[in-house]
Order: sequence, then structure tokens, then C-alpha cells
Amino acid sequence: MKIPENLKYTKDHEWLRVEGNEAFVGITDFAQGELGDIVYIEVETVGETIGKEETFGTIEAVKTVSDMFMPVGGEVLEFNAALESNPELVNKDPYGEGWVIKIKITNPAEIDELLTPEKYSGLTVH
Amino acid sequence: MKNTAFLKFHEALGAKIIPFAGFNMPVQYEGIMAEHEAVRKSVGVFDVSHMGEFWVKGPKALDFVQWVTSNDASKLVDGKVQYSCFPNEQGGIVDDLLVYRVDAETYLLVVNAANVDKDWAWCNKQNKMGATLYNASDEISQLAIQGPNALKAMQQLTPTKVTDMEYYTFKKLDFAGVKDVIFATTGYTGSGGCEVYMANEDAETIWNAVMEAGKEYGIKPIGLAARDTLRLEMGYCLYGNDINDTTSPIEAGLGWITKFTDTKDFVNKPYILKHKKEGTEKRLVGFELIDKGIARHDYEIVDASGNNIGKVTSGSMAPSLGIPIGMGYVKTQYAKEGSEIYVKVRDKALKAKVVKFPFYKG
Repeated sequence: MKIPENLKYTKDHEWLRVEGNEAFVGITDFAQGELGDIVYIEVETVGETIGKEETFGTIEAVKTVSDMFMPVGGEVLEFNAALESNPELVNKDPYGEGWVIKIKITNPAEIDELLTPEKYSGLTVH
Repeated sequence: MKNTAFLKFHEALGAKIIPFAGFNMPVQYEGIMAEHEAVRKSVGVFDVSHMGEFWVKGPKALDFVQWVTSNDASKLVDGKVQYSCFPNEQGGIVDDLLVYRVDAETYLLVVNAANVDKDWAWCNKQNKMGATLYNASDEISQLAIQGPNALKAMQQLTPTKVTDMEYYTFKKLDFAGVKDVIFATTGYTGSGGCEVYMANEDAETIWNAVMEAGKEYGIKPIGLAARDTLRLEMGYCLYGNDINDTTSPIEAGLGWITKFTDTKDFVNKPYILKHKKEGTEKRLVGFELIDKGIARHDYEIVDASGNNIGKVTSGSMAPSLGIPIGMGYVKTQYAKEGSEIYVKVRDKALKAKVVKFPFYKG
């Protein structure tokens, strides 16, 4: 299971890749593996400002549905349009082409509250 | 938690194991989509050893089966299988099951894993006629080998001809060198194949032989998750989801396995007959979602104005069709093919239309 070094993580299995005052958000390799084949991703919060740990969308796998939460508070700038027709990108490349949203970070201090790769890997051991 | 005789094979194959009906069962190996497709296109093998098996024997065997089950077991001949259900006394269903006739005084009832204890108590309670009942659930292992290439692949393991067996029949035969294996052309996928019953001691031998014989057809082990999507595409009921202690066979669309012939009396017959004659307030239907989203068990079904008209009992993306489908109970006036209904998914009402079973037509 992959846990890239350059990302921050949440206990709910989202990742955050910071680029200046913006960031990309997705779900982790562990999360996509647990969900199984993903068939539909719903994000209807583009343009909204959402607080840390609040729901920004839902992810539907064949067998289950799961909410996705903001790793840090911010404005949702963009939903990855490629996921509309190819939601399985999240299974295939969760940290790359399978990114879910791009956000503008409200309070950069919240980034430090996220989990390091090392801490996160501790949560994925069964 | 119980283990089936095949658990070590599932673990070695990297299956995700979950507790299900009191057993550690494989829910998924490679992935639902790939497993589902293997069954539709070639062949897959399912460990279904968690299912329960009751023997019914003696001169009163048929009388007992006729009384507890809804279908007409007198129509069975040796080597024939019948889908049926146990009606309860409140108008609902204790369980759905398969009835195998070995001979006039020997029947095998195959019941759902989650209901074994309930069914066993129920059968004993209803056995006023004194048939001999035996619960063999803990002694029998079962594999379902399903898919268009299943019988061809399994033919290599037995000298008895099986590729020409009719649907819903069975034979006792030598299989992978094991004597007296029950080989039935039944299944829960809609893609053909067989279900094979063996003693626990023979499970390993047979698993290895099945995997070897299936190799040239790309046989894959299939988990419970794909078992569910396969059966849902056929509109087959899943006990606990689509039928339960409160749903009548008539409203569940199981009128075809509920026989009201004069020669057959069964538990709660007058009440169910009334349902059949007068109609029911709700009906189990299949639907396709037109709007994007997925309907899931227990989601509310509403009309165009948002009034409650029913409830989803099963729902998923249909891997073979690429569209979201579901089953659910709706008020009878909405049960007609083509009816427009709406499924509430996270406060949004998604448009759906009622369609005929099966969703997947092969």
C-alpha cells in the first residue's frame, strides 16, 4: 500500500497535497482498497467554503457509500472532471489522476494538525 | 465464529474475510467487477458452505415437505430440484430454500446460513406428521461453480455426463475421485453452472481439483460481494433484504412457487390465498435509476410529489449493465413496468423507472 512522503493525511483516509495557498484533496490507497470498485463520485460543493472535517462529497463503491471530509477548511475551487466519466481513476491512481477536489486553504495553520505519512501508516495496519 | 473447510484457501488467495451469518467468509478477492465478470464470461467458484442442509426422511417425508413449503413438492421426481419458501403463520416468510428429491422418502432442504437455527426450530415445530429430520449443516461443505464454462470445466472431474444436465436437476456421482458427491445444476447467478455438496473431509481434495480443472478457463474464486451483484442483476430475492418474516410470497413476486392445489395444504395457506385473490397493497419491483446515484437497502421510495410509496430492499451498480439498479417494495399502483418512481438518496429524489426482472438478460 502506498503512502507518499510528500502528503498530509487524515484519520478518515483523505490526503492533502499543498501547493502555495491551494491544495489537492483525495482519498488514500488504503481507502480505495477498502471501498473496492468505485462507481460514482458526487461533489456538489464547488464554490462553497467548508470547515475542516465537514463533508464535501460522497463516494459510491459497488457495495458501499462513504462521505469525504475536508482535511482542512477551505473553499472548494474545482472537482476533478475526469472522475465524472472515470470514477475508477480513484482506484487506479488515488494520489495522481484520481485526485478529487482542489481547494483554497482558509487557515494554513490547520495543515500542521494533519497526520504525517508515518503517523498515518500506523492507522492502516490491521 | 465458524470457519468453512475452505478458509485457508481464501486466505492464501488474499481474500478479504468478513463475519457473515456466523462464519468467516470471503467477501472479495481481486475485486467485485473482475469477479462478477469472470462468472458472466467464463467460470468462478464460490464457497457456500455456510448454507444449511436438512435431510427429511421416512414415509412421512413428502407430507412434511408439502406442509412446510409453499411449492408443490409432489411434482418433484427423483433427481429434481425445486425453489420454494417456508411461509410463517403471520403471512411472512421464514426462509427461502431449495428442495431436492433423492427418492420418494428422502428429501434435502438447503436453507440460508443466517436462518439455520430459526429454520431448524421451525421445521421441528411443524413436524406433526413425524418425518425424520436431520440437520447436516455442520457436516456438509458446498461449492458453487458458476458461469458459461462451469459444466464443461467440471466434466473433467467426473465420468458421469453432466454437460447435458437440465437446469435444476442433480445427480449423485464420483467427482474428483470422491464418491457420492451431490452435483446439482442450480445456482444464484443466472450464468449457469452447478452447486456441489460434499462431506467436510473431502473439501480440500475437491477445491484443488476444481481449481485445476478450471485453470484453462481462467477460473477465479468469487466472494460474497460479487455473489450479491450477480443475483441482483437477475432479480433473485435475498432473504433478509428483499424477503423476510413480514413479506408475503405474493407481494414478493413468489406466487410462482406458491401452489394452491386442492391436494396440498401448507402453513397459512388460507391467508396467502386471500393475498393472491385480492391482491396486495405493495409489490416487490425492480427499477433502474435514471438520475445518477446508487440506491441502497432501506432508502425511501417516493412519488413525483415526494410522498412515501415504498422502500428499497437491494441496490447496487450492475456490473454487467453499467447502470445502477435496485429492488424494492412500492404501493401496488406503482408496480407496473415503466412506472416513474423516485429514490431518496441523501435528501435528493433520484428518478427511477420500474422494469421487469431479470435486469440482466444474458
